[in-house]
Amino acid sequence: MQICHDDRVHPDSDATADVEAARLRRQVARQSWSVGIATGAYGISFGALSVASGLDVWQTVALSALMFTGGSQFAFVGVIGAGGSGLAAIAAASLLGIRNGLYGLQVARFLDASGLRRLAAAQLTIDESTAVGVVQPTDSARRQGFWTTGVAVFLFWNTFTALGAIVGNAMGDPRRWGLDGAAAAAFLALLWPRLLSRDAAATAVAAIVVTLLAIPHAPPGIPVVVAVLAAVGVGLWPRRHPDAPAPRHAGGSEA
Amino acid sequence: MSLWIAVLAACAVAFATKLAGHVVPAAWLSGRRTRRVTTLLPVALLAALVVVQTLAGPAGSIVVDARVAAVVVAAVALVFRAPFIAVVAIGALTAAVLRLAGWS
Repeated sequence: MQICHDDRVHPDSDATADVEAARLRRQVARQSWSVGIATGAYGISFGALSVASGLDVWQTVALSALMFTGGSQFAFVGVIGAGGSGLAAIAAASLLGIRNGLYGLQVARFLDASGLRRLAAAQLTIDESTAVGVVQPTDSARRQGFWTTGVAVFLFWNTFTALGAIVGNAMGDPRRWGLDGAAAAAFLALLWPRLLSRDAAATAVAAIVVTLLAIPHAPPGIPVVVAVLAAVGVGLWPRRHPDAPAPRHAGGSEA
Repeated sequence: MSLWIAVLAACAVAFATKLAGHVVPAAWLSGRRTRRVTTLLPVALLAALVVVQTLAGPAGSIVVDARVAAVVVAAVALVFRAPFIAVVAIGALTAAVLRLAGWS
């Protein structure tokens, strides 16, 4: 599909195609920026929770710029905040980031990027850029959706992270402001939209049980890593019938 | 391990994971069971993180405090399709108000 169009209206059939393509570009831009702003805004909660967990402002800012995948960032500071070791925090964040590798497989097909562009595309490969990209009807719209959403989330996520870290730093005792309750609520909101299938619900229940059993016996941070057994157990369980999707709950999205 | 080293190492792993998806042949991860496990991984980890953030106390103890109320109220907000940022704010507000009222 041609992506560079003349703005004039031609009296031939190309004109309709041009108008249609321009309309699609505006629609993709609108989607991408609204997702970027909405997602980026909760960087403020990440920034605040991160400094409440014991990271300093620069470490918090580094996580958003370099790790740039919200779920893993929340997991990292969650484990550190619970008194876990650096290794446990790395493990939890890395396991949660595996899905980004799967997104890379999907978006690489239409991005067709190489060299520095491929490195940039890899860094921007997250839930939102992948989601906005893959749903578009043409390859050029998919590329536009992926890049615009990725850049928009990156800008807002990092700006709001810095803001949250600075404000959080000035607030003092995080418990007084209910920030520990906010962390628990954040993980629930990240989990919620993923509970779409019976497999997912079974995995969540198994993970809750495994974690509760592990907390009294394992060092902080390790129960989260042990909970991976729930995903492996349910994922490898022989399946008798196709997965029946549960009713969809809207709610959190994730960077 | 210093916290800075952990931060940078975790960032390096995160980037390597993202890049791997862009460079490995798609066939490597196409097994049905592999896909099921990798799809369920975030669910298991997030469910575990909810439990730890809600109930874990010092030295391997399990503590019921204002955090439990925060999670219950957050769940209600999610049922009513509240956006992420509202759910987080409601969680904080619930815990803060209960602490102010004297319940730890």
